[in-house]
Amino acid sequence: MSETPAAPHAEAPGGGAGLPRVFVGEGRAKLDAVVARYPAKAGALLPALWMVQEAHGWISPAGMAEVAEVLDLTPAYVRGVVTFYTMYHQHPVGKYFVQVCTTTPCNVCGAEGVVQAFLKATGAKAPGETSPDGQWTVVEVECLGACGFATPVMINNDFIEGVSAESVPALVARYR
Amino acid sequence: MGYPHPPHPKETPVLSRHFGDADARGYDGWVRRGGYAALEKALGMPREQVVEEVKASGLRGRGGAGFPAGVKWSFMPKQRTKPHYLCCNADESEPGTFKDREIMRWTPHQLIEGCAIAAYAIQAEQTFIYIRGEFTECIAVMQRALDEAYAKGVLGANAMGKGARIDVMIHRGAGAYICGEETALMNSIEGKRGNPRIRPPFPAAVGVFGCPTTINNVETLSSVPHIIEKGGAWYKGLCLSNPKSTGTKLFSICGTVAKPGNYEVTMGFPLKELLFDLAGGMRPGRTLKAVIPGGSSVPILTAAEAEDTVLDYEGCVAKGTMLGSGGMIVLDDSVDMVYQVMRLARFYAHESCAQCTQCREGTAWTVKILQRLLGGQGEAADLDLLLDLSEQMTGRTICVLSDSCAAPVVSAIRKFRPEFEAYLGSGKRKARA
Repeated sequence: MSETPAAPHAEAPGGGAGLPRVFVGEGRAKLDAVVARYPAKAGALLPALWMVQEAHGWISPAGMAEVAEVLDLTPAYVRGVVTFYTMYHQHPVGKYFVQVCTTTPCNVCGAEGVVQAFLKATGAKAPGETSPDGQWTVVEVECLGACGFATPVMINNDFIEGVSAESVPALVARYR
Repeated sequence: MGYPHPPHPKETPVLSRHFGDADARGYDGWVRRGGYAALEKALGMPREQVVEEVKASGLRGRGGAGFPAGVKWSFMPKQRTKPHYLCCNADESEPGTFKDREIMRWTPHQLIEGCAIAAYAIQAEQTFIYIRGEFTECIAVMQRALDEAYAKGVLGANAMGKGARIDVMIHRGAGAYICGEETALMNSIEGKRGNPRIRPPFPAAVGVFGCPTTINNVETLSSVPHIIEKGGAWYKGLCLSNPKSTGTKLFSICGTVAKPGNYEVTMGFPLKELLFDLAGGMRPGRTLKAVIPGGSSVPILTAAEAEDTVLDYEGCVAKGTMLGSGGMIVLDDSVDMVYQVMRLARFYAHESCAQCTQCREGTAWTVKILQRLLGGQGEAADLDLLLDLSEQMTGRTICVLSDSCAAPVVSAIRKFRPEFEAYLGSGKRKARA
């Protein structure tokens, strides 16, 4: 396995240079199996980025450089794709990443109150910020596609339906 | 996981027949309910006949555009000189819409069966089910079902033992509404930013990975096994109004309504009956103000207009709106129309891929002007400015995201103008209800 190529930002503070490589050993085998299912190598880009995020919790410049290397793309191209999709974290987030839908159908059912309740219960100061203990990041997101179960909330990979401002404290306590 | 309601007597459960029945999610349970008989039947038919049967059914695309599914299939080259692909659009993100999610989480094999029949009909060597990244449960349920389908020989080199090779795989999205647009979806599968492509060429000529491609919505594909099993004529007979709108449709009802959920009715069903009889009407003490019938991208209907609207493609057009995805957003008299229209515009501004100037600038400025109005800093000319802006955003871009932002804005200003005017010159933020 060759060295991670010098990539813009990777060596800068917060560039993720110290993070372990994802596509070695088992990770590499997993990626190769994914690549084999697509008619072109680049088709595996979104799955590869998911693998990096699962391993590190976010996608660092160094992570992008590794993906670029294994898929024969440039780091700049990979960065262009990462920045297009909102679910890829370009910065570290709290241990629990909370997404609250606030688009119209949920909004009229009290979704903004749910966001406020999460901020209060977690200690995060504002949407997008991480709580001082580093545990919680709460963000407002656009439509989660579960409008009939207002308000839907995602906590990491858990999809929770029918959350109300009143039910938030107990929900947060379950993860603590 | 939330459990769906028991079917209402006025519903026609075809797709939703097994919603809530956990046993139907597994392969054995699905087969016990007659599953995969349609695939076996289709694999014994000439490909052209499968396409003809779907054409005869009158099935139209359930993702929003309403294009006849069988006709779309017939655009694929008859002779395969390059690989053919099938894409299943499961990037359900249109505000108000949550039907595909229920199909996938309750009846994953129904969708796999539909995909397999379509893949056979268009000679696809791979089917990509593009599921939005947030649908973690759907992805897990679908993956389990796919693994079962391969293990049981439904999919793979010798599908159902009939000799044809059929492959189906999941491609997980990563958070982008625009990837529900067919050409953006294809770019996303190719590992690109989800920017829509200029057409022509159309996907049947140059689709994913440069090869002929058909793309259908989850609900469309899930209807196919029923059509093959019971016949195109049977499906065409499911029609209460205009013969150009056939079959059943899942309506996702949400917003300020007593019993939100998915309701499956025959095309041509009266909107009022669906809203008040099936979905329980308004919450206590509230009255209906407006309905957005087909997902947030279509013009808003007032309560009076909704009164006699017929739910099919033509019935909605007759009322100046569209059936769209069938995601019905109900707004009662407590709703601040100006604020909610701003929220919808904010959705589109957030989701614009920013390729086209009209969309990138137009959606962002629509939000800014509406926020200024809400902040009490609006000017009398702002409403006409919004209408003018919306006109510049309609019919001028690569895809219709820009038009989708304009539709609710224009219809809200036209139909609820006094609410917008009430914010004018207030000088300070008006307390919102």
